[in-house]
Amino acid sequence: MLYMILGTVLILFALGGAGLVMGQWSDRETVEGWIYAGSAAACGLNAALMVGFLVSGASGMEAAVPVGLPWLSARFRLDGLAAIFLLIVGTGGVLSALYGFAHRRHTQDPAWVAFFFPLFLGGMTLVPLADDAFSFLLSWELMSLASWFMVLASHQHHETRRAAIVYLVMAAIGTVAMMLAFGTLAGAAGGYSFEAMRGADISPWAGAMVVLFVLVGAGSKAGVVPLHAWLPLAHPAAPTHVSALMSGVMTKVALYAIIRVLFDLLPAVGWGWGLAMLAVGGLTAVLGVLYAVLQRDIKTVLAYSTVENIGVILTAIGLAVAFKASGYAALAGLSLVAGLFHAINHSLYKSLLFLGAGAVVSATGYRDLERLGGVIHRMPVTAATFLIGSAAIAALPPLNGFASEWLLFQALLNGPRLPEWALKLAVPVVGALLALATALASACFVRVFGITFLGRPRSPEAMMAKEAERGILVVLVVLAGACVILGVAPMMVLSIVSPVVETLMGAPPLADGGRGLLWMEPLAERDSSYSGLILLVAVMGMASLMFLVRRQASGRLSRSHAWDCGCPDPNPLTQYTASSFSQPIRRVFATTLFRAREDVEMPEPGDVSPARFTVSLYDPVWQWFYRPVTRVIGWVADKSDAAQLMSIREYLAIMFAALILLLTVMMVIR
Amino acid sequence: MTVSGLLSVGLLAQIVQAILVLALAPALTGLVRLLKARLQGRRGASLVQPYRDLACLLRKDVVIAENASWLFQAIPYIVFTMIWFAAVLVPTFTTVLLLGPTADLIALVAFLGSVRFFMALAGMDTGTSFGGLGASREVMIGSLAEPAVLMVIFTVALVAHSTSLIDVAEYLTGTDVGIRVSLLMALLAMVMVAIAENARIPVDNPTTHLELTMVHEAMILEYSGRHLALIEAAAMVKLLLYISLILCMFVPFGIGTRADGFAGIGLGLVVYLGKLMGGAVILAVFESSIAKMRVFRVGEFLGGALLLGVLAMIYLYISWAV
Amino acid sequence: MSTLHYDIAHVLDGSVLLLGFLLLYQRRMFGLINIFAFQALGLALAAAWQAHVHGESHLYATALIALSVKAGIIPYALRRLIIHFGIHRTIDTALGIGPSLVAGATLVALSVMLVLPVTADSAALTREKLALALSTVLIGLLMMITRRNAITQVIGFMALENGLILAAVGVQGMPLVVEMGIAFEVMVAFIIFGIFFFHIRDRFESLDLQYLESHRGERR
Repeated sequence: MLYMILGTVLILFALGGAGLVMGQWSDRETVEGWIYAGSAAACGLNAALMVGFLVSGASGMEAAVPVGLPWLSARFRLDGLAAIFLLIVGTGGVLSALYGFAHRRHTQDPAWVAFFFPLFLGGMTLVPLADDAFSFLLSWELMSLASWFMVLASHQHHETRRAAIVYLVMAAIGTVAMMLAFGTLAGAAGGYSFEAMRGADISPWAGAMVVLFVLVGAGSKAGVVPLHAWLPLAHPAAPTHVSALMSGVMTKVALYAIIRVLFDLLPAVGWGWGLAMLAVGGLTAVLGVLYAVLQRDIKTVLAYSTVENIGVILTAIGLAVAFKASGYAALAGLSLVAGLFHAINHSLYKSLLFLGAGAVVSATGYRDLERLGGVIHRMPVTAATFLIGSAAIAALPPLNGFASEWLLFQALLNGPRLPEWALKLAVPVVGALLALATALASACFVRVFGITFLGRPRSPEAMMAKEAERGILVVLVVLAGACVILGVAPMMVLSIVSPVVETLMGAPPLADGGRGLLWMEPLAERDSSYSGLILLVAVMGMASLMFLVRRQASGRLSRSHAWDCGCPDPNPLTQYTASSFSQPIRRVFATTLFRAREDVEMPEPGDVSPARFTVSLYDPVWQWFYRPVTRVIGWVADKSDAAQLMSIREYLAIMFAALILLLTVMMVIR
Repeated sequence: MTVSGLLSVGLLAQIVQAILVLALAPALTGLVRLLKARLQGRRGASLVQPYRDLACLLRKDVVIAENASWLFQAIPYIVFTMIWFAAVLVPTFTTVLLLGPTADLIALVAFLGSVRFFMALAGMDTGTSFGGLGASREVMIGSLAEPAVLMVIFTVALVAHSTSLIDVAEYLTGTDVGIRVSLLMALLAMVMVAIAENARIPVDNPTTHLELTMVHEAMILEYSGRHLALIEAAAMVKLLLYISLILCMFVPFGIGTRADGFAGIGLGLVVYLGKLMGGAVILAVFESSIAKMRVFRVGEFLGGALLLGVLAMIYLYISWAV
Repeated sequence: MSTLHYDIAHVLDGSVLLLGFLLLYQRRMFGLINIFAFQALGLALAAAWQAHVHGESHLYATALIALSVKAGIIPYALRRLIIHFGIHRTIDTALGIGPSLVAGATLVALSVMLVLPVTADSAALTREKLALALSTVLIGLLMMITRRNAITQVIGFMALENGLILAAVGVQGMPLVVEMGIAFEVMVAFIIFGIFFFHIRDRFESLDLQYLESHRGERR
């Protein structure tokens, strides 16, 4: 099975290469069609294989492929954890490839997008499979670079170029940190295979350094605050189906790296790291969603909301670390199961939302929320699926987003058992932060859906929007269906995720109360339970009773102007805008945090110039984190600039000094 | 009782409760209105008036805005069903409820969160400025109220070792929990949130149509006829639901449990009615004695509730350590 | 001690802290004074309960002082002061209400983390009382830092003092509780008088300035 997957990766690489060659003399549409269809088939095969692997409960399989450095063959290994993430990659890949396929006729993206797309997918497939540091880093870089090229798709825009530069820098920092992490893990013995790392005897200090490096390296890729700054710039800049992959899938691959190192490669991680991850995760969740509520660009909103969800998952991982360090293996498992389930869910609904937003953007030509509105009349299917996605990401029952958050809250409720006082106090606070993030996410998606799809069109293009191609609608409906199904039958996923977590933690995470697939009942000693399906059926049943009322009531319905307290204004610009919608939240939360300021410029009476209202936001992360870093770099650059204008004699002097220094060092070491 | 006996009692109680909450909700709202009128020196409308209003609205034709979508017409049904279902889940007079294990407190709060989600969408659908205004304020209130409720729930759940409503009620009645600072704080936070969620004074005014202050009314401005009837009825059930929730979480005494048998359940019904009336009196007195606050003070009000919830949790952790 | 005794003591102490939070939340001067009076009432009840349970009759004196002076005379005096001098009745904050509430909650967490591990071998009620009292003290201090008006400074100081008395009452066998209470009251009285005098000076100065300004305005 492992070889089959590696085969599909080869096919993906071949597709990219063939596209590059064929593009010279074949017409573009056909070539792209083949590339996307091939990618979809390869990913679909992968996803199906992974489902089979997970359901069968087979143990790991390994393979060594003679590529890479001459004396080292690349090693690959498939185990449960990898399979879960491969499933995410496969599902996300097949659906976004289908979107690309359906959308290929109307695309305005440059040709290279289609060539790098399969390479990107191939890279993401290889990362979870990698079983040594070299192949891991190689696939990691492939994933980064391929996505970087696709971010450059609309390179003619200034912001895109800026986004690409920031992305490149952050990706480089991330890779360096990952290298350092693996280097520390390998230690002096230099065993670069994961097998050797698992067995390695590592000092606590070195272990702490590894955790730090992994959190920086993979955290920056996943978009953890304060390393998130590139994400909301780069993800929206890429073409829609790539944005969906980057947000829905690539961030999960980064989390895979964290989970792999923390729970598999390292023998033990201290509770302090659990505390740190809880704190960072909670902050990431709240800050991410707060940024999201305040944005005007629909794809930027979605990217920031990815930051929020990454925060939620990181919290779950941090909780797992804390429980594991305190000896509660089953609770650690429960937290990790919640995190993994949330990762799967997020990959589904974030793909759905990105693809739905992409359909709206290509139908209207606007990413700015202030230009949209009333699209529900012209794009009913897109609107309905986007509504399901919004409800799922806002964690509304009975959809999947709620199911995973419910599990996470159940795990959080066991916080008092933790022995350390800092953790005891941190857990309720983090719970409050998560609850705040969830509620703000609901506000955020009310805003996105309401401004985009409801109300009256704010531009002629929005008024004339056309429903997306049928292929795209199929993708959207499938994703929305998946959100509903995983929501009402969460045990379907949990029953395959929990054995994987059991092998990592050594204790079964879910106490199955013998009630099977219908009920989620995480802990035997508590009687908390939730059943999405029964909930759905009961609500449906009660809703059908509504029709009795409906029949008794007057059935007449007529349409008229909106009443609006007696003074309706026909101009759609008098509607609430996206910015005005977020004003109360901005006032309450952002006044201190982001220093949100509102300036009203009111002309004198008699003056006909328009009144202006400007909102200024200020990003503390840029100010306190990035600005100092760039300043230091700038300072170093300025100083070293002087080195360019030296005479030959001075250069020789520097070399001479270096030589003497080296010799002295040699002498001292001897 | 045997298992099948328990099941049938549970089913019966469930149906009785489903009807009871619907039947009682308008009377409760009427009672609060009547008491407020009396406190303000007016005679006030009779208890039956809300029923008459609803019946009248049901008979009227529906007029909706030109550009309202299918969502606008679906939302009254969605909202009403969800609130009704949530009210059915809360143990009012008995804990022997068939649907009890389906959704716990966290799910219940999320359920009420979805109600807010859809109400806000309804406000935005007609594309009027008032609708958007109401929706934006509502989500601001919700973004603070929801975490506050969750904190309260965490506190109660940690005391009762379960997030299931039935377990909470049974634990609190069955064991000697005593008075706890954390529960006191949680109760206060819960009351603050309940006031905000039900659009009561001082957060919102259920009887106003003044644009500067209205929140809930602004969202439902464009509804008429049977749609409006459903939304009004949903608001009434919601008030009942929150009072029942507070009763169930903090003063569940007298509720009929599994061990009590039929007589106990019947007694529970009487006690419940009494407690409900007490709740209405407190609400009316409170509302008559306090002034409405500015919309942007609501953030501080609910932020205070959220912090109280967090404090309650922290104190609970302390007393556990003791 | 039975659980009921324990619970009531706990609730009384908790309500003192809760009212401390309300002090931070208030924006109006009279509301603030009322809440302070309630806090003093809570303190008096807590002291009286302690006296009743443990039979330490001198604590009744503490309770009486708190009830008469802090819940009665001082609020009354402050109110008179405000009305008499027309002091501005909204509270001028250096840190917003929301952030100061968050800061207050953080202080509570801090004092809990500080007190509980340190006093691991003390009796349960004492530990909790100390944690609650320390939180009240810190909140009073926070109030003094983050509110600009002189009156709020006094109230912050007295809230701090309430916390101290709460701690003194909570620890069994602490000597000089009553004396301490009286000493503090005297100090508060002095502070109030100080404000009184400062305010008069302030007022004359400002009158003076206004006079000067208007004089210059006439000349221009």
